[in-house]
Amino acid sequence: MSSAQTDNGPLLAVSGLGKRFGGFVALENIDLTIATGERVGLIGPNGSGKSTLVNCLCGTLRNETGAVLFDGRPVDGLIAHERTRLGLARSFQLPKPFHTLNLIDNLRVPLLYTVNARPGHHLSDEQVAARCAELLEAVALADKARRLPRDLTQVEMRKLELARAVATEPRLLFADEAMAGLSPSEVEEIIAVLLRLNQQGITIVLIEHIMRAVMSFSTRLVVLVAGQKIADGMPQEVVRNPEVERAYLGE
Amino acid sequence: MKIGVFWLIAAAVGLALVVLTRLYFTNEYFFFAAYVVLQYVVLSTAWNILGGYTGYINFGTGAFFAIGAYSSVVLHKLPALLKTFDMVIPAIPLPVMILVGGIVSGMVGLGTGYLTLRLRGVFFAIATLALAVVVQTLIVNWDYVGGSRGIYMIRPPKAPLGGSYIQYLYALMMALCVISVGIARWIERSRLGLGFAAIRDDELAAEAGGVPTLRLKLIATTLSGALMGMAGAPLPYYVTYLEPASTFNLAYAVNSVAMPVIGGMTSWVGPILGAILLGTIQQLGSVGFFLDLNIPPTFNLLIVGVLLILFVIIMPNGIMGLISARQRRRATIIETALQQQRAA
Repeated sequence: MSSAQTDNGPLLAVSGLGKRFGGFVALENIDLTIATGERVGLIGPNGSGKSTLVNCLCGTLRNETGAVLFDGRPVDGLIAHERTRLGLARSFQLPKPFHTLNLIDNLRVPLLYTVNARPGHHLSDEQVAARCAELLEAVALADKARRLPRDLTQVEMRKLELARAVATEPRLLFADEAMAGLSPSEVEEIIAVLLRLNQQGITIVLIEHIMRAVMSFSTRLVVLVAGQKIADGMPQEVVRNPEVERAYLGE
Repeated sequence: MKIGVFWLIAAAVGLALVVLTRLYFTNEYFFFAAYVVLQYVVLSTAWNILGGYTGYINFGTGAFFAIGAYSSVVLHKLPALLKTFDMVIPAIPLPVMILVGGIVSGMVGLGTGYLTLRLRGVFFAIATLALAVVVQTLIVNWDYVGGSRGIYMIRPPKAPLGGSYIQYLYALMMALCVISVGIARWIERSRLGLGFAAIRDDELAAEAGGVPTLRLKLIATTLSGALMGMAGAPLPYYVTYLEPASTFNLAYAVNSVAMPVIGGMTSWVGPILGAILLGTIQQLGSVGFFLDLNIPPTFNLLIVGVLLILFVIIMPNGIMGLISARQRRRATIIETALQQQRAA
């Protein structure tokens, strides 16, 4: 992984983050801290700002207010690829594979442009090839290494998306709806992959609608409703929170 | 094949073609026609670096090409201009003009890239179209380089390599072909090419994978523009009378888009195939070669249009796309057979 952690401060510290699209307030005054090793579930109704938050934290969108500290270092103003190189990775809600590249080349992109771009790191061609094989093996896609993404099933596409994010050797991974549209057994598969990654030391934020998956995965739950954080705590307590119930089930 | 080996082979092929054609063709017209085909190999290869590899469609080929041509005009007139200030310099040799044309067009490529690369898809294409109009307007109103009435260019009296001047131009264009094809192939196999492909497929995902997309796109516009400018630099000596209407001819923009599309945009071979195929047909057409038919000059653009439509319908990924799809199908069949064998 990249640099050693500076102290025992949080891995990610967000304070007062706000984002508006024209007159629409997408996010308002979000405070959030995430410690190393955590498994955080981020939930909220459609349109509550979950993906917008991820986009702001990863540098795809610019937040107008607030500050984001990653590993004690301010990352406001850094563009997406610079944040990726610092160790902030994401997978996309709709898988975005490089569709003209085979699976190996899909993984070579983050290996050559992120891992090899970090000072003091340089993988040789052989090491890159070995790392690709290893990453594909980890998500059971080794058999399709030379296929194009269009030959993959939906669950395999999700796995490729995760493998590509993990290839950047992140310290914090945002998995944005990594399980949308999958069958229950496929959801189990992805959760197993995510748990294994967490054991390897990657802090994970899971954005998800499937409550069964969120509850079995998360050690902490954060709830967004209409651009505001309304709850943050132990999963069992958060789901019993009357405000959360109201947001999901109505009055 | 190692990069160095490819450069050697490409240079050897280029040299062999120059020598052999000189031995076998005594008719000057051959070199006039072949020059145009080679010029299109350079233009379509250059176009493909931005259009095929990174997926940004450029309709401004004419602008970059003309900037190369007109920078040669300026350099051609430079000794005379300096003489009025009592400075004496010798006539500037054509290879230097090509280099300068490349640098100027490359800078314009960088500048327009910086201004327009925030636009995507069709909006970028429209911006490049606008660039062509802007550059043409500037040239038409610039009297020193001939303005709208054009300018006569007297060729240097002697061709440096022996033979006629047109044979010299042909040899230089062959060298530019070798250089541009070598660069394109190198890009394709390098980290840079992988980054370009990532940008072409999905820019957000490329950024998330650590690809500095803006920087890579600027490299692509600069390189592509520079090669187009180099292709245009010898034009004044080729036509001997340069004027904006033909220098900014729509055919350059249309051809340099159509040729990679027809040949295949994902490989360096595609633009070469497309340029040779389309370029040769157009040359034959413009002579009215077949049976002394009275073929009108607009026939050329008609061929491009018809071929483009045919290819988009029958082979949307070009000639090379068809070949690589067949290879992939075969690989898949072999792979599944192997997997079944292992399972059994």
